[in-house]
Amino acid sequence: MSAESAVLIMLTVISAATPLLFAALGELVVEKSGVLNLGVEGMMLAGAVSGFAVTVTTGSAVLGILCAAAAGALLSLVFGILTLTLAANQVATGLALTIFGIGLSALVGSGFVGVPVVPLPKLAVPGVSDLPVIGPLLFGHDALIYLSILATAGVGWFLTRTRGGMILRAVGESDESAHSIGFSVIRVRYLAVLFGGAMSGLAGAFMSLSHTPMWAEEMTAGRGWIALALVVFSSWRPGRVLLGAYLFGGVTILQLHAQGAGGLGIPAQVLSMLPYLATIAVLTIIAAGPWRGRLDAPACLGKPFRPST
Amino acid sequence: MPFRPGMSFRIEQRREMFRGLLYLSPVLAVAMTVLTGFVLFAAMGHDPVLALYHFGISPLLSLYGVSELLVKAAPLIMIGVGLAVGFRANVWNIGAEGQLTCGAIAAGVVALAFWEQEGVWVLPLMCLAGAFGGMAYAAIPAFLKTRFDVNEILTSLMLTYVATLFLGTLVYGPLKDPAGFNFPQSRMFTESALLPIVLAGTRLHFGAIIALMIAVAVWVLMTFTIIGFQIRVLGQAPAAARYAGFHRKRLIWTCLLMSGGFAGLAGTFEIAGPIGQLIPSITPGYGFTAIIVAFLGRLHPLGIVLSGLVVALSYIGGENAQVEVGLPQAVTGVFQGLLLFFLLASDFLVRYRIRLVGAVAG
Amino acid sequence: MSNGAAGARHGLGPRLQVRALTKRFPGVLANDGVDFAVAPGEIHALLGENGAGKSTLVRMIYGVLHPDEGEIRWDGRVVRIEDPRAARRLGIGMVFQHFSLFEAMSVLENVALGMDDPGGMAALARRVSEVSASYGLALDPSRGVHTLSVGERQRIEIVRCLLQNPKLLIMDEPTSVLTPQEVERLFETLRKLAREGCSILYISHKLEEIKVLCDRATILRDGRVVAECNPATETKGSLARLMIGAELKTAKRRAGHDPGVDQGSVRLAVEGLDLAAEEIHGVNLKNISFSVRAGELFGIAGVAGNGQKELELALSGERRAKVAEAVRIDGHKAGHLNTRARRHLGLGCVPEGRRGHGAVPAMSLVENVILSGYDRMKLLSSIFIKDGEARRFAKRVVETFDVRAPGTGVSAGSLSGGNLQKFIVGREILQSPGVLIVSQPTWGVDAGAAAAIHQAMADLAADGAAVVIISQDLDELLQITDRLAVIGLGVLSAPLVTSQVSVEKIGLLMGGVHGTAPGSDRSSGSDRHAV
Repeated sequence: MSAESAVLIMLTVISAATPLLFAALGELVVEKSGVLNLGVEGMMLAGAVSGFAVTVTTGSAVLGILCAAAAGALLSLVFGILTLTLAANQVATGLALTIFGIGLSALVGSGFVGVPVVPLPKLAVPGVSDLPVIGPLLFGHDALIYLSILATAGVGWFLTRTRGGMILRAVGESDESAHSIGFSVIRVRYLAVLFGGAMSGLAGAFMSLSHTPMWAEEMTAGRGWIALALVVFSSWRPGRVLLGAYLFGGVTILQLHAQGAGGLGIPAQVLSMLPYLATIAVLTIIAAGPWRGRLDAPACLGKPFRPST
Repeated sequence: MPFRPGMSFRIEQRREMFRGLLYLSPVLAVAMTVLTGFVLFAAMGHDPVLALYHFGISPLLSLYGVSELLVKAAPLIMIGVGLAVGFRANVWNIGAEGQLTCGAIAAGVVALAFWEQEGVWVLPLMCLAGAFGGMAYAAIPAFLKTRFDVNEILTSLMLTYVATLFLGTLVYGPLKDPAGFNFPQSRMFTESALLPIVLAGTRLHFGAIIALMIAVAVWVLMTFTIIGFQIRVLGQAPAAARYAGFHRKRLIWTCLLMSGGFAGLAGTFEIAGPIGQLIPSITPGYGFTAIIVAFLGRLHPLGIVLSGLVVALSYIGGENAQVEVGLPQAVTGVFQGLLLFFLLASDFLVRYRIRLVGAVAG
Repeated sequence: MSNGAAGARHGLGPRLQVRALTKRFPGVLANDGVDFAVAPGEIHALLGENGAGKSTLVRMIYGVLHPDEGEIRWDGRVVRIEDPRAARRLGIGMVFQHFSLFEAMSVLENVALGMDDPGGMAALARRVSEVSASYGLALDPSRGVHTLSVGERQRIEIVRCLLQNPKLLIMDEPTSVLTPQEVERLFETLRKLAREGCSILYISHKLEEIKVLCDRATILRDGRVVAECNPATETKGSLARLMIGAELKTAKRRAGHDPGVDQGSVRLAVEGLDLAAEEIHGVNLKNISFSVRAGELFGIAGVAGNGQKELELALSGERRAKVAEAVRIDGHKAGHLNTRARRHLGLGCVPEGRRGHGAVPAMSLVENVILSGYDRMKLLSSIFIKDGEARRFAKRVVETFDVRAPGTGVSAGSLSGGNLQKFIVGREILQSPGVLIVSQPTWGVDAGAAAAIHQAMADLAADGAAVVIISQDLDELLQITDRLAVIGLGVLSAPLVTSQVSVEKIGLLMGGVHGTAPGSDRSSGSDRHAV
């Protein structure tokens, strides 16, 4: 394989990993606050369709991306009202959010199937972008890819280095304690849930504006769920989310290339199973490995909380 | 100075659940969904009354419409009943869609193996194979959960994608109809592999009756037996289940196998009933929609019979409204999601009381 | 005795004054027109039994709850305490009964979280060290909370309050988790604080310590102030009468009983029981051995978190031992058996947790008797539940043990703590167990129910059963058991005859000293690292 084609493969891996990275980082923050939002897939689709529709209609990708984040946050707000204010079951509400998001995005997007869109522009840096190997790998991506890397660092910094992050972790660790010290558990969780929604929206926007780029019903094809698995894989650490996302991006691209290369006699569908099977394998290894029991899951994950006043 | 000047709302947890509301809240949720549908249709530029009429009422005005409702309700009820048993035990099997697919594949292989053969045993054998296929597929998350403590939500869901791809592999490959002009579908099943029709002139098949029988049987199991009791205790208080000496792992296996088996049987009925062959897509999301059916039916087998009918109407109504007023088919999914949202929201009233707290002396 | 401003007598205006404070919860009037006042530098007791409304009252003062009626005055000024931050701004600090700590985080992070303006972390770590040194509260800021003993955890809460120079420190049942020696040290700290002018609101239901520590006491019963007094001039009996509204009842043992003398046959024998902890921060049981004879009440004392929970599970069968011989019930090997099989052999168990362990809160009392009685009470016919039998059994439990419930159809969760505990104890005792394990029998239970439970256990023993009582309440064990042993870090001491033992001796054992060396101290807590 030539260096050039290796670089091309690397670029597609980055492109496949980025939506996973956005969605998983968002969900990590949500889970760190003690909330389990299974609606990532639905929020991603909402982001994908609104990002696409707004970009196509207005011609402004920036506006599209902002709307995608807003759409994801809006859906997560519904989740927040149900689970945080009304103390509904988080698992059931998350599932409802996914079903709703699939339906709503299909409804909104019915007029946009097959419509072309200008992909997000690459931010070329004159001079360095043309360097062999390093140029295309490090420079010349679109803005969302850089943003995803920045977000990883940002989330890591926030969780470990700031008072806000400490409060967020405390709320996820013991809602009762946090409440009796005087933190508003519900407010902290709302903010986390909204952030998670916006990140899922960005993940969707990247799918429809850069990765594919087009709109199709259920185009996320389970990536929201893989992002949820990545959070477990990472033991709730942003750095490992990055690692996991790129690993899964790699698996996805690997099977696509195998399909392209004639599939080695394996039917295309079987190769397409790979990312899903890999997810199951990874979850099993994480749960069964010698490090089991030390996964640092937030102690209040998924438990409803209603303060008495 | 009084402490809280003015009026305010106070939310208090009820000491006992409000039973009346427990059964009223699904009705409330349906009503809210219809109301939202009204607004939604109006916003989309349709006459909301007409659209809702074609969505919710006109499908029920013909015998054929009602029979189609039952055809769609049957798999929803069967799967919903099975899932509800698991949800009661806090076992979140959300991969019923995959188990349905696997059951259909197993039953379809049997049907094709005995293609053009006469015999009353073909159909029972298909049902057995279908149920077994669904159970075997549900056994994977069950094994991973009980052996390694892997979250069943993610595994069962991932397996759904795998099952759909596997079905694709088969109908594009080994099971493709040799005389089918290379279309991705199997041969049409022959007579002995098809479910008997209950009502002549419709597609209403025997599976609908089985679905009802399953609901009643599971109701008996959950209400009157120690197995149902164990499942309920496990879901509500796992520590109490261990204290009582119930086997957690065995119960998890039971829940997953039961829901997988019913889903597999539902898949069998789909291909031996309305479809009559294996095709790449044998379900319009029954496995996922059944989750809504289970909740709307209050996780109660008999409630699920009712909720199955209501949700089946959203499928029929969606198709009907598409034909009659040109609404996009996706409206069905939106309605289903809304229904569950409203149900979860109205459940709040079952557990909490909202009181208006007045100011002291004005 | 009079209600009203105690502070006036100290010659200063009261620092805190509470007037006609009322708080309602669904079905309960938790506080009903409560009045009392605390002067600067005063150690003021809030005395009352479980459920009297003490915790509700102080949670309102700390801003966690909001009163429905009444007013709170701070330095003479009416204040509205919106949340704990507002309370801290006024200078109120609080140490919670069930701490407000975060297990997975460090001591320093826990301190910082409880402060509104912690400043830089390095500077804060220095201040933590300073304050803990000056008050004799040894703490390592970098340690993870999950590695600390209960006593050390309490120090975090206290240090967190002290760093904010409080004018009023609220302590909610602070001694229930401490050894007698730790209690002594805590009292010294509190006295030092009071001398410096800090008011202390001290909540307890322990009469002795209030007599020793407090300047004044406000006594609550059923949410109302029933008396105010100087505890030093009262007797324990008079305080108890004020608190309970009746004479304190103690369990009566039937005649012919001679504690400490082996008479019955051995019904429960535990030998060399080892069990690895199930949870990451749990305690491993190491080589536990003891035996209990027919007619005997055997106590397991110890500070919370020293393996009591693990021992309860190992005895009930919820966790099984590696060797069958580790547990014998009436001579039968039972170490490898689960709870159901051990119940066959005559074992009964009342777990520490009532809601969600010993009973399912959302289920009815009828369903809750099926939970542990389905086998022994023959409530099943093949797989079907005999509803009539279950109803009758539930009714019998409710009637025999005076469980105050509107019927057997109500959910277990709707019962008060005391009534639910009577129900669970009754359910187990009516199955006539040969061996009964009871963990924290009277925790959070009112005095009437506690007396009834003690009596029921004594009667069961008198009928020939062996009863094991695991309790953190040393007074309870000293009062009702024949023999007791102390568990510390998963190791059980040699049994002692209750009537011949001193509190000091048990206190040392509770502090983790097995053997002779007195005065040792686990304050560094480093031994817990190995666990």
